[in-house]
Amino acid sequence: MSVDLSRFHDSFFDESLESLATMEATLLRFEAGATGPEAIHTVFRVAHSLKGGAGMFGFDAIVSFTHTLESVLDALRAGRLAVDAPLTDLLLGSVDLLRGMLEATRAGGSIDAQRVADLQFDLELQVARSRGKEPRNGPATVAPDPAPKEPPANAANAAGGDAPDAGSIRVDVGKLDDLLNAVGELVITQTMLAQFARGVAGADERLQRGLLQLERNVRDLQESVMRVRMLPISAVFSRFPRLVRDLAQRCGKQIELRLGGEHTELDKTVLEKIGDPLVHLVRNSIDHGIEPPDVRIARGKSPAGTIRLDASQRGGCIVVEVRDDGGGLDRRRIIERARSRGLIAGEAEPDDTAISELIFSPGFSTAEEATEVSGRGVGMDVVRRNVKALGGSIEVESRAGEGARFTLTLPFTLAIVEGQTVAVGAERYVVPVTSIIESLRLQPGGATRIAGSGSDVITFRGDFLPVLRLHELFGVESANEALHGGLIMVVEGDGRRAGLFVDQVEGQLQAVVKSMEANYRAVDGVSGATITADGNVALILDVPALVRMAGRARRGALA
Amino acid sequence: MSAAPAQILTFCIGGETYGIDILCVHEIRGWSPVTRIPNAPPDHAGVLNLRGTIVPVIDMRVRFGVGQAKTAGAVIIVLSLEAARERRELGLVVDSVADVVELAPDAVRAVPRFGARDHDSLLGLVTHGERTVMLLAPTGFQLEERET
Repeated sequence: MSVDLSRFHDSFFDESLESLATMEATLLRFEAGATGPEAIHTVFRVAHSLKGGAGMFGFDAIVSFTHTLESVLDALRAGRLAVDAPLTDLLLGSVDLLRGMLEATRAGGSIDAQRVADLQFDLELQVARSRGKEPRNGPATVAPDPAPKEPPANAANAAGGDAPDAGSIRVDVGKLDDLLNAVGELVITQTMLAQFARGVAGADERLQRGLLQLERNVRDLQESVMRVRMLPISAVFSRFPRLVRDLAQRCGKQIELRLGGEHTELDKTVLEKIGDPLVHLVRNSIDHGIEPPDVRIARGKSPAGTIRLDASQRGGCIVVEVRDDGGGLDRRRIIERARSRGLIAGEAEPDDTAISELIFSPGFSTAEEATEVSGRGVGMDVVRRNVKALGGSIEVESRAGEGARFTLTLPFTLAIVEGQTVAVGAERYVVPVTSIIESLRLQPGGATRIAGSGSDVITFRGDFLPVLRLHELFGVESANEALHGGLIMVVEGDGRRAGLFVDQVEGQLQAVVKSMEANYRAVDGVSGATITADGNVALILDVPALVRMAGRARRGALA
Repeated sequence: MSAAPAQILTFCIGGETYGIDILCVHEIRGWSPVTRIPNAPPDHAGVLNLRGTIVPVIDMRVRFGVGQAKTAGAVIIVLSLEAARERRELGLVVDSVADVVELAPDAVRAVPRFGARDHDSLLGLVTHGERTVMLLAPTGFQLEERET
C-alpha cells in the first residue's frame, strides 16, 4: 500500500465510524416507526459511501459485505422488503460487524471470517426473499431525496465528533491549543499596553479609546476560541439508545429512552470524561430502577418504563439529569446492606438524605456482587469520585414507587478554572474557587496546637479542621509565621476540609489551565499552571493532593 | 544526535565554556523571573511562560556546582529536545552566550575518565582557540521523576 494513500486511512476510519453511528441512530428510530424513505435513504447512503471508501483502499472484505448490505437496503428502498423487528436486528448486527471490521482493519488485523460469512448469508437470504416478491408499494416510495431534511438529532459518534455536516470541518485539537496560546499572548500584550498607557501622563484620548476597544476585541476573540472547543453533548448521548435497547432486552424489561437538551455544549475535555459516569447511572436505572413489566402493571404503571437524560446549562455549569420512573431507591435493602457492611449501627433508621448518602459511600457495594445483589449502589462511590475529580457534584432524589433522579452538575470546561490568587511570601498560587468554602482571619489564639504533633486545628462551623501551612508544604518563605498574621482559607478536597494558611488573598481570575507535564513532570500539590495578566506563570493548587500531603507530613512528624 | 554536531553554540557557566548542538537551540532570551516549583531539586530554578507553554528552567550554575544562582544579567537558552514521547522545551540559565562555532567532523574528543560526576551529561571536549569547550549532550537533561 502506498504511503500516500495510507495518509488518508485515519480520516477514512474516523469518518466511517462516524457515519456508522448515524446509521445506528437511524436504525434505532426504525423501532419507533420512523421508517420513512428519508431514514432508509440515510442508511443506504452510509453503506454506499462505506463501500466506495473501502474499495478505494482495497479493503475487500468490507467492500463485499457492504455490497450485500446495500442490496438489502436497496430492496427496502424499493419497497420489496418491509422493515420489521428481525430485519432491524439484522441491520444493527451489520453495524456492529462493520464497526468491528473497521477497527480490526485499522489495527492491521482482520475479524473472524466465519462471523462475516454468517451475517452476510443472512443478508443474502433477505435479498432472495425480496426477489421473490413484487414491490408492495411500487418504486414510488423512493422519494428522490438526496439528503435528510434535518440532520438526525443524535447522529454523532462517541469519539466526540458531531454528525458529518456540510457546515463543519475536522480540526486537530493541537491546532486549537496553539490558537488559544496565541490569543493568551495577545491578552498579555494588551494588558501590558494598557498598563503602559496609564503610566503616560496626558496620553491621547484616542489612544485610550483604542486600547479599550482592543481589550474588548481580545476578550471576544478569546471567548470565540474557547467556544470552538465546545461540542454538543449529543456526542455522548448518542450511545445510549443502543445501550438501553440492548440492556432492556437482556433484562426482559420495556424501556423507553428520552433525550433532552442534546444541543447543550460543553468542552471536549469534560465531554470525554462524563461518558462513563452516565453509562453507569443509566445501567443502574435499567438494572435496579425500572421494574419488570408485570411488576409495573401490578403497581398500576404502564408496562414500559421511561428513562430520561436531560442536559441543560445553568449559570457556569452543565446539569445532566438521569431520571427514571421505576421503583426509586430501595430503602429497606439499602439499610440492610449498610448494616451488614457495618456502615450504620444496628438500630439506626437513617432519614432519606442519609440513605442517598449511603449509596455513595465507599464499600457500600463491590463489583463482584453488582450483578446478583440488588440495591442501587453499584459502584456509586466510583461515580461520585469521578464526577468530583471533574470539579462537579452528584445528587440523588428518590420517591418510593415513583422513581429516582440523579443530578450531575459539571463545569463547562476543564481548560479554564475560576481561581482565587493567594500570596505566600513572594509566591502567588491559584486556588480553584470550587474548592474554597470561606476565608477567615483568626484572632490571636484562635487555633489550638495539638500536643506533640506540631500541627494546629481551628474550629469552623462546629468542626475541627487541620491547618495546612502552605509555605511548609511547599518549602517557601512566608511573610507570617503566626496564624493570626495571615488568612485561613477553608478548602475542601475529596470530601475533607482543611484550613489553608496563606499570607493574603488577592484577585480572582479565569485561569487557562496549562499542563506542567508537557515539558516538565507532575508536581505534588499542583494540578497545573496558568499565565497571569503580567505574563508570569502561577501554579494552580491541587487541593485534594494538598490535604493528602498534609496527612502524610503529619503522620511523618508523629512517627 | 549521537553524531558530532556540525555547529555548536558556546556559552559560559562559572568561568568555563560549554557548548551544545545548535540544532537543539530554540531561542536565546534575557533573564526574566521564573516561578518556583515546590519541592523541586535545587537546580530546577522554576518555570516560565514561553508564548503560552510552561517551560522548566534549569540553573546550570547550581547543577554544575559552580557557585550561587545568578539572575541579573543571566541568559536563558531555550532548547527544544527530542524526548521519548515528543518534543520538549527546556531552558538553561547560563552566565552568557559566547559564539557559534563550526566543528570539524573529528573535533570532538572523549572526556578522560577520572570518576568525575555528571559525565553522562557531556558528549566530549572540543578545543576552540585557546579554550576547551565542554560539549553537553542534549540527552543529559532528565527531568522525569527520579529523585522523588
